[in-house]
Amino acid sequence: MATALTRRSDAQTIPVSFTLNGRLQEIDVEPHELLLDLVRDRLGLTGAKRSCDVEVCGACTLLVDGRPVSACTTLAFEVRGCSVLTIEGLADNGKLHPLQQAFIEYGGFQCGFCTPGMLLAAKALLDENPNPSEAELKHFMHGNLCRCTGYKKIIESIMAAAKKMRASA
Amino acid sequence: MLRRFRLEEPESVAQASELLGRFGDSAKIYAGGTELLLAMKEGLVQYERLINVKKLGLNQISAENGTIKIGALCTHHELELSPVIQQRLPSLLKLEQNVANVRVRQAGTIGGNLCFAEPHADPGTLLMALGAKMVAAQGSAKREIAAEDFFVDAYETSLAADEVLAEIVVPAPGANARSAYLKFGYLERPSVGVAVAFNLNGANVSDVRIAVGCAGPAPKRVAEAEALLSGKTKDEATRNLAQAGAIAGRAAQAISDLHGAQDYKEHIVGVLLKRTFQAAVS
Repeated sequence: MATALTRRSDAQTIPVSFTLNGRLQEIDVEPHELLLDLVRDRLGLTGAKRSCDVEVCGACTLLVDGRPVSACTTLAFEVRGCSVLTIEGLADNGKLHPLQQAFIEYGGFQCGFCTPGMLLAAKALLDENPNPSEAELKHFMHGNLCRCTGYKKIIESIMAAAKKMRASA
Repeated sequence: MLRRFRLEEPESVAQASELLGRFGDSAKIYAGGTELLLAMKEGLVQYERLINVKKLGLNQISAENGTIKIGALCTHHELELSPVIQQRLPSLLKLEQNVANVRVRQAGTIGGNLCFAEPHADPGTLLMALGAKMVAAQGSAKREIAAEDFFVDAYETSLAADEVLAEIVVPAPGANARSAYLKFGYLERPSVGVAVAFNLNGANVSDVRIAVGCAGPAPKRVAEAEALLSGKTKDEATRNLAQAGAIAGRAAQAISDLHGAQDYKEHIVGVLLKRTFQAAVS
């Protein structure tokens, strides 16, 4: 692997054991490796995007133990012992998550660049608050930016998914 | 991209302090990383070592002996969830619920926020108005630093090179205590933040503390503005708010930058002082 070839012989490595999308993952990382680079470049999961790189836009959002983090500014070793969910793990054996289904039905995306982060942030919200008000939804999601459209369809999608998830809970 | 560094993982505050003493400017305490890693990625600062203090367990929040003690490693999200903060420090609760965004609140710690001393940060300003003290550990010794004496300049605190912020101690507000913090800005970080705290006995306003932040290099208390409100009735104090706001605006040492021009920020300080006072009395 390219990263391994450029690694200095005296480099410090940290063994990291964590759950990635439900499966145990064991890998050595250097202290300065970022979680986003780990999942995108070394583990090949490219759903999370590097965009603003300063924790503002939410395009790199991953869930660590169910909570949203900016993978662009999270050191990879921090996921030791944690459960990490990327967008690749959101669907259940090919069956789309209700949030994914709702984003399709309600047109919650155009270019799709922000969508993985939107979906994971929305999942974190609905897991802790299955019945959010629109104000609560906006407060929770205000750190996830979309530059294509407005936010109306995204909000509609999440509210529709919340309703569906409550009905089937 | 981040440059390589070594990670140290001390198991006690004393060890963390000792590592700081040993490695000096080439090492830095790493907690949530929400500010530090940004500066490192930009290449603005560079360290050979980061000292990870997350394992030190400094994330307790308790109310005891008339004080509320907040471990320096509490994340903003942990503060949001804390029953002690919810019940005893509602103004801090509201502030914490509105720090940056949900991801920053998840990772960022209150201690890291204070120690990084980024000028456009919220907590220091309110903690100053609440009369908080910072508990700094050096080896096994500890000292308390009043919030007014903690912030020296932008990105600069009065912590010694080998001191570690362990805890923030806030006097428990009494039954008549009122406080509020409001911020305003149009970018991701606030342009201006204003905090007030006082006691309200019937119509009498006393023990007023006013702090302004974000506008200038560091949060500041404004004693001259406090004197215009303290020992007055609510109505008298309300009438003096415009004058107090003008004084606070000048005292903010506002600088012209991306977040607004100096005179604009001074004006906003006055607006926010009125609104914080009104929010706190109502």
